[in-house]
Formats: sequence, C-alpha cells, structure tokens
Amino acid sequence: MREKKPYFVVTYFTTAEAMATERICKAKGIDGKLVSAPRSVSADCGIAWRCAPENKDRTMAALDEAGIEVQGCHDLML
Amino acid sequence: MSSIYFDNAATTIHKPQCVIDAVVKAMTTLGNSGRSAGTQALDASRVIYEAREKVARLFDVDNPRNVVFTSNATDSLNIAIKGILGKGDHVITTDLEHNSVLRPLYALEKDGVEVSFIRSDRNGNINYEDIEPLIKANTKVIITTHASNVTGNVIDVKRVGEIAHKHNLIYLVDASQTAGAFPISMKEMNIDILAFTGHKSLLAPQGVGGLCVADGIHISAYKHGGSGVQSYLKEHPSEMPTRLEAGTLNSHGIAGLSSAITYINEIGIENIQAKEAGLAERFRVGLKDIDGITIYGDHSSVHAPIVAINLEGMGSAELSDVLMEDYGIATRPGAHCAPRMHEALGTVEQGVVRFSFGYGNTIEEVDVAISALREIAGEA
Repeated sequence: MREKKPYFVVTYFTTAEAMATERICKAKGIDGKLVSAPRSVSADCGIAWRCAPENKDRTMAALDEAGIEVQGCHDLML
Repeated sequence: MSSIYFDNAATTIHKPQCVIDAVVKAMTTLGNSGRSAGTQALDASRVIYEAREKVARLFDVDNPRNVVFTSNATDSLNIAIKGILGKGDHVITTDLEHNSVLRPLYALEKDGVEVSFIRSDRNGNINYEDIEPLIKANTKVIITTHASNVTGNVIDVKRVGEIAHKHNLIYLVDASQTAGAFPISMKEMNIDILAFTGHKSLLAPQGVGGLCVADGIHISAYKHGGSGVQSYLKEHPSEMPTRLEAGTLNSHGIAGLSSAITYINEIGIENIQAKEAGLAERFRVGLKDIDGITIYGDHSSVHAPIVAINLEGMGSAELSDVLMEDYGIATRPGAHCAPRMHEALGTVEQGVVRFSFGYGNTIEEVDVAISALREIAGEA
C-alpha cells in the first residue's frame, strides 16, 4: 500500500483560480501541482493545489499577493 | 476569375496558419477544462487560462478571472444585457446597433424594461449632446457599439463612458467590429463591460467570443449547469468567471483565439488598423468619381475598414450578386442585421452593398473591385 505523506492543499471556488495558482507558483519557483480535490476536504469535483508542507507560507503569500480567492486550506496526509 | 473576399465584417476567412495549427493541436490533445486533474483536462484548463490572460492584456483588464468566454458576441451581449437589466430599469442605446443588441432589448421591453435611443443622422453619426437628456432616475445602462457594422462609423466610446460614469451608469460596449483591429483599453475608455467575438478581426475560429467585466460590475447568470466545481450546490456557482460559463467551454476555439492574439500582438494592432484603413480609403477614393455611386457614412475621421455603397438604379442584392458572379468579389448586401441604421441612412428599400476589408486583403484586390464597379456603372 502506498505510504501517506503530509501535504498542504488549497481548494477553490473556480477552476480559473486554480489555474492562476499554478501560473503564479510556477513563476515564483514554488513547487507543487494541481490534483483532484481530495474527498476528505471537498465533496466537489474541483481541482486543488497540492504542495509540500514547507511551501505553505510561500504559497499563501503568493496567493494573497495575487488576490486569488481560496475556498479552503488544509494540512493533510495523502 | 479571381476570388476576392471583402466580407470581413461578417467574418474573416484569412486565418493565420498558427491559429489553424493551434486548433488542430487542441482538438487532438485537450480534455474538458475543469473536469478533472488528468493531464488532458489540465492542459485544456491551462490553454483557457492563458487565453484569459491574453484577452485581459489586450483589453486592459486587471484580473483575468473577469474574462468570460462565450460562443460569440450575440451570446456575450445576451448574457450581459439580460444579466443586468430587469423590470423597471431604463437603458439607453443607439440607432447604430446590430440586432444582437436590439433584439435582447426588444425582448426585455416586454418584461418592463424601458429603452431609449440616441438617434443617428443621415451620415450615421450620433450627437453626443443627445445622451444626457435621455438619462432618467431609473437609467441603469448605456449600450453602444464601438463601430457601426453598416457604415464603419466609430463611436467615441471614451466620451460616452465619461457621461455614463458621471451619472453612475454601467457602460456596455459591443466591440464586434473593432476587437483585434483597434486598440481598446477598458480602463482608459471608461468601459465597464466589453462584448467581443473571436471570428472577425481577432482572426480566431467561429464559435468563440467573450465578455470582459470591470471589477464591481455584477452580471446575473441566466444559464445554469455544469461547472466542474461546487457540484453539490443547487445553484450555479456565483464566482467569476464560472458564474457566466455554464457548460463545457470551446477550448478548441479558445486555443485558436489565444494563438490569434499572439499573432496580432506580433504584427501590432496599430499596423493592422493602418493597413485596413489604407485599403478602405483607397477603395473609397477610387469610387468617388464614378457616376451613380453613393457612399454612406462619415469618412472624415477614424473609421472601421468598411465602405458601404449603392449604385443608382440597382438593388443592393443585385449589385452584390453581379460582383460575385461576374467578378468573384464577395460582399454583403441588404440590411446587415441593423434595421435602425438603415432607417437613419434612408436605405431600407435599397439596402447597401458593404465592402469590408481585412488584414489578409491587398491593394491589388481593392483595385480590381474599383475597376469592376466602374465597369458595372458603365464607365469602362
């Protein structure tokens, strides 16, 4: 069975906000990727941004600076 | 016989190869945007988001999430008009408008929306002094085209926007004839909502258009459906751009639009505008001394690359057909979906033959058309 790891996960109200996150994080060199929103945090079928816990603060600062609206932020074992 | 296309105001047919390539690539690689985190679906979302960024830059919109993709300008205008006007509201528009503005307004009139018109003179111009006296306590929106699709006359949108904002009104502009061929800054021109289509001067495929919305302007959705997000809500999501984009987006067409904007930026909108204006002006000047030809509109200032004409004693449909059958020149006769414009010009009976020029046209083609008209008019 695959071993679970800790991640920081951001969910969104729209796909556009998720795509904006990818663009901004890539431009700032913040590692992470777009994944399906985990069922444990959202029953919706949206896209979420997932990154290592150590990138949490930089990610949130980047999103805040860009005015990206988030639905929720979660520390998860995935 | 040559084949010359002068119906670019209806749609452009000289699409750049990069646009065609982008559409083919999209059709063979993209999934459904926002519907999963699979590579193909994400690639579709990336293409669409990049296109939002390009459209935002093109029209000077700060937030790409305020760029909504639609299927064409009619779709955009219906979304905007029906999403901001309701019973008891008053709207001001012009005689220059296309049916894509007029018919949604006529439909809303039946539901209690009041409509007033800024009248056009016989040259296709409005008098800007006529606007303020039309404003009432319940006026909510002013809607104008950027340029008439019949005469090519351009409306000073910055001036109309100043009037709108002075009275706290929303200003909606139909940029069907100018997007891609005229520099447009929503901020500098005081535009709150800009409706555009992709398939004309933006050189994209048919089936893609859009709506740019300034911050603080709320448009209610009249379409509800799939969104890829917030699936357990009974209501369609309220956040932009999802609020106004129910259903699968045309990612193939949007990929083409994205490539087309890059192409246009590489050439420079000012260069495109100058070339098209030069072709139109050469044509207009070439016709001036042909007996029996009437040229419509006011060509004394900045003008969309349209020259609308009639030949005395001949219906517009007949002249357009002779041009097509005997000379291979495609034009558009008739009413051009702009009934009030023709009423103002006095051309309801005859219609007009519209020559509309695009970036893909040449001086040689213009000269062929001038010779053809000289011959038809019996001067050859």
